[in-house]
Amino acid sequence: MSFLSAVIDGVLLGGYYAMVACGLSFMFGIMKIINLAHGSLAILAAFMLWMIAEKLGYDPFLALIVVVPAMACLGWLLQRAVLERSARSGELVPILSTFGLAIVMENSLFEYFGADTRSLAPYVGSLSYDSFEIGGGLYVGELAVLTFAVAILLLGGLQLFLTYTPLGCAIRATAEDPDTVELVGVNSRFVNAVAAAIALVTVGLAGLFLGLRSSFDPYVGSMQLIFAFEAAVIGGAGSLWGTLAGGVVLGIAQTFGAHVHPQGFLLAGHGVFLLVLVARQYFSGHYLRAFLKSKLG
Amino acid sequence: MDVHSNLSIQRWTNLSLGVTIAVAGLFALLAVGPVFLPGNILDKLTVLFIYVCLAAMWNALAGYGGMISAGQQAFFGLGGYLAIRLSEWGIWPYPALIAAALLAGLSALPISAIVLRLRAGEFAIGMWIIAECIRLLVNLDPIIQGDTGRSLIALSAFDAAERRIFTYWLALAAMGIMLGVIFLLLRSRLGSSIQAIRDDEEAAASVGVRVSTAKRIIFVIAAVGCALAGALWLATFTTFQPRSFFGIQWSAYMIFMVLVGGIGRFEGPILGAIIFFLIELWLGSAGVWYLIVLGFSALLFSLFLPKGIWGYIEDRFHVLLLPVGYRLQASAGGPAAGPREALR
Repeated sequence: MSFLSAVIDGVLLGGYYAMVACGLSFMFGIMKIINLAHGSLAILAAFMLWMIAEKLGYDPFLALIVVVPAMACLGWLLQRAVLERSARSGELVPILSTFGLAIVMENSLFEYFGADTRSLAPYVGSLSYDSFEIGGGLYVGELAVLTFAVAILLLGGLQLFLTYTPLGCAIRATAEDPDTVELVGVNSRFVNAVAAAIALVTVGLAGLFLGLRSSFDPYVGSMQLIFAFEAAVIGGAGSLWGTLAGGVVLGIAQTFGAHVHPQGFLLAGHGVFLLVLVARQYFSGHYLRAFLKSKLG
Repeated sequence: MDVHSNLSIQRWTNLSLGVTIAVAGLFALLAVGPVFLPGNILDKLTVLFIYVCLAAMWNALAGYGGMISAGQQAFFGLGGYLAIRLSEWGIWPYPALIAAALLAGLSALPISAIVLRLRAGEFAIGMWIIAECIRLLVNLDPIIQGDTGRSLIALSAFDAAERRIFTYWLALAAMGIMLGVIFLLLRSRLGSSIQAIRDDEEAAASVGVRVSTAKRIIFVIAAVGCALAGALWLATFTTFQPRSFFGIQWSAYMIFMVLVGGIGRFEGPILGAIIFFLIELWLGSAGVWYLIVLGFSALLFSLFLPKGIWGYIEDRFHVLLLPVGYRLQASAGGPAAGPREALR
């Protein structure tokens, strides 16, 4: 029975990872940039929500009305001021600039908010610890289920947006070939800025659920970046639903790891990630093709 | 018609010959430093040597191998940890420091099999996760006592002044040897391969450069250098704490030093390490602000001066201090070959 409950916990935790990872994966898919400030941006969103809840007394869910547009603007700004410029100088420069940005952000947050850990849980009543029975004596947390549901809605919404709206099509086309889309009248600079804004909207949501499910401080951003990256890579970077699968695999591995050893939570997650990396390299299509070629040709 | 007949390829210029002699002289002077320098200056210089070593290693990876790592603290921490581990097993502490670096280099081989095929950002975070894994595994060793850490107790067999001088010499030697290795590497055939990979991995592979071998060699050398730096850091500050030795701040420092000094230039990381060392002397007590300044300079340099200060100086004034590149020189009467044709 505890096996089943660990699986359920792991799957639900995967919903959170999918939400953190989807912005990272989206940005990588469209702009081929891995944003190392991703985690710190999620923490920034969490702190903004916390400020609004603490100082103005608004529910964090309501505060999203302010924070989501703010994150979108930030995404636009980030793309125009940092990412666009660094992407022009090759694939290595964005890593350096976003790493620098992450260091600036987490230390600025520390300077302003100090080392105290904060949480959004106290501002949402009993949501963070309520649970309900799903039969057979198994309980699931309400917040975990809500997180999972929002993750599915978010991924589904993004999928629909990319498939059916003109802007979504422009984004996909830009991802394929930013120079050619210019020829058919798409402004790729504009499209990339929109994509960055969308990515940061998902980061804002991730910040909300991060703050609800655990406490946070200015320096936990790097851990969120690592989890997001692991989920994205396990699921296949750049693919939206793959991100959910990756998040679920990561969540299950961590939940089981935690049962084995106190350090097991993180180690099991990293372990699965490394296994996937090795498998991807040595058994992927590329190697398979090379192998087949050597046998056939 | 041979327009190239009066061009010659030059490796040594008068300047680089002079600088090489001056560098050798400086090393000799530093080696006898303990005779005339006070103890606190020796300690400071030891730290500077460790920084130079770290910066040179990160530059070898990123500037020459095209591998931007956010996880070199994996080897820095491993060097510190293995030194403790070996000395607890009864190995004399100073040889343990060197053995630790070599063992960490050995561990880089299996790690390279996992990460070397990753590209750009994937490699950066992949290495970071490797560093986290090693930190967690090191934490499982009971002698480390979790985050409390452990001191290199065996060092207390020496008196403080002796210890200071030994560590100083070892750090100077480590810096000299690692810089020497990079220098020779760059002048070798492999050096040209590595720089070809940095410029365009696919193109290099297509003209027969063995990309994975070249990258692996540089990866292992950088691992040994970072581990040596970690072991020396332990010898200087005596206490090993997993969180500080495996901390991401080491990557931030290395990136800062190399970016500001000049990525992909031999002299760049040395200049960067000196700048970093001076900033730390002045601003180190400012705590968080100091880190904000470091991060912000890394951001600005990557956006506006990606070749760093040394790269700027080199482009501007066409100087080659050390003979790691080639220079195309026109003999008298021939078409003037601009100094722009200096090849690196």
